[in-house]
Amino acid sequence: MSLGVVIPYWGQTIFRALGVAVAVLIPAGTAVYLYLFKMVSFMQSRLGPMEAGPYGSLQLFAEVGKFLQKEDLHPDNADRFIFKAAVFVVFLTVFLIYLAVPFGPFAVFADYSTGIFFAIAVSSVSVLGILMAGWSSANKYSLMGGLRAAGQLIAYELPLSLAVIGVVIQAGTLNMQGIVAAQVNGEIFGWGGIGFPYILTQFLAFVIFLIAAQAELTQTPFDMPIAESELVAGYMTEYSGFRFLLFFIAEFASAGAFAALAATLYLGGWALPGVSLDASWMNVVGPLVLFTKMLIIMGLIFFVRFTYPRFREDQLQRFAWKYLIPIALVNIMVTACFKVAF
Amino acid sequence: MAKVVPGVLKGLGVTFKELTHTVTPKRLGGGPATIQYPHEKEAPPIRARGVIALHEGNCTVCMLCARSCPDWCIYIEGHKEKAPPRRPGGKPRTVSALDRFDIDYALCMYCGICVEVCPFDALFWSPEYEYSEPHIADLLHDKEKLGEWMETVPEAPELEVGADKKKK
Repeated sequence: MSLGVVIPYWGQTIFRALGVAVAVLIPAGTAVYLYLFKMVSFMQSRLGPMEAGPYGSLQLFAEVGKFLQKEDLHPDNADRFIFKAAVFVVFLTVFLIYLAVPFGPFAVFADYSTGIFFAIAVSSVSVLGILMAGWSSANKYSLMGGLRAAGQLIAYELPLSLAVIGVVIQAGTLNMQGIVAAQVNGEIFGWGGIGFPYILTQFLAFVIFLIAAQAELTQTPFDMPIAESELVAGYMTEYSGFRFLLFFIAEFASAGAFAALAATLYLGGWALPGVSLDASWMNVVGPLVLFTKMLIIMGLIFFVRFTYPRFREDQLQRFAWKYLIPIALVNIMVTACFKVAF
Repeated sequence: MAKVVPGVLKGLGVTFKELTHTVTPKRLGGGPATIQYPHEKEAPPIRARGVIALHEGNCTVCMLCARSCPDWCIYIEGHKEKAPPRRPGGKPRTVSALDRFDIDYALCMYCGICVEVCPFDALFWSPEYEYSEPHIADLLHDKEKLGEWMETVPEAPELEVGADKKKK
């Protein structure tokens, strides 16, 4: 595949770096404004920010400015290097997940033949950053938060991966472009009007994926690691200013990343049914299609977040090991049987 | 698990219903509970404890309010004056004249004991609330200012059906 123009390697590198920054920040910013500022306010009969820009749309910049003005503190007994590096490990994870997500026929940062395997694998790196933050803060709340996060993220990694396996069996490929192509070229009993998004057959896996993603993102029914009424702010307790801002952005950016994964795996990704997969204008339209689907899934994630109270720590573990993982295993077996039968 | 799912969906329904209610325009019976204060004014209930107003003519400088104030935020000064006798040939009456009646709203905790204790109905609650000042000393208001607030005192509701209303 070629774009017709020759861009030198360093140019491509800059292009990709800017692209992934946009891909990370735009969904995160949109989610913060649309859902954290507005949707939750409406659900509580409030209006949310209204003064900064029309309908408070510039509030985000005010918040970023506020955080940047604050002092970047660290505790005296903190392990300074680890403390300062932790947030970048968390942030790196988000960038790495986006690396494998296709936005269009050529608009993909790295077209790995095992893309979804890569994305699920690197999504586990964030637990390392959170443990680093919790351990190096020299604070008992941070430590408790970090350990809770580690237990939770490892418990929910399993259903997340198992939920993906159903899709992989059906598509017959680990390549994300291949999964998109398999969905858009599929037919429902000979009718190809909307392709064949895997949410139809893998609805159970889709629900499990969303629940596990909710836990991976430590969003509210699963927010024990940062439970503010028990642990102050968990592993984020000692962070301030710039680094707190990065943790905050990483939370919403990884929500965007998991939404992008879910949109690609279950909703058909960037492709439109009836449009050739090689059409070069899909490089522009594709990202918008994917972005729309991401917004819908992020809406679901935050809708759930703003509705439910927090689980207890033992309920959380029981839910993962006793319900999600067995159901996901059954789903895999049923999918495999159907795959062999048809 | 089967028992949990309906409740879980009901929870989502509650937040979704509130969301649709908030985004519905006001004329269709929706809208948020928020009042965007500087742009639109709130109408407090008529018995709201906004500010204490003074009806100077009723005050007899008895000092009960100043003595009962837990914060000691009422400052009263007065003097005796001779007034003409009620009947011709009688002794001139002695009346108290009010020189100073200040309330320091930086100290006031809006308990309303002064309003309760006043035997001559000289103090009233007003729902007026827009009197913040950039300087804390400017919250000490004199009797002229307290008198102006009498205009904002609403007509008191009768305490029970057919009872007399508190007169201004």
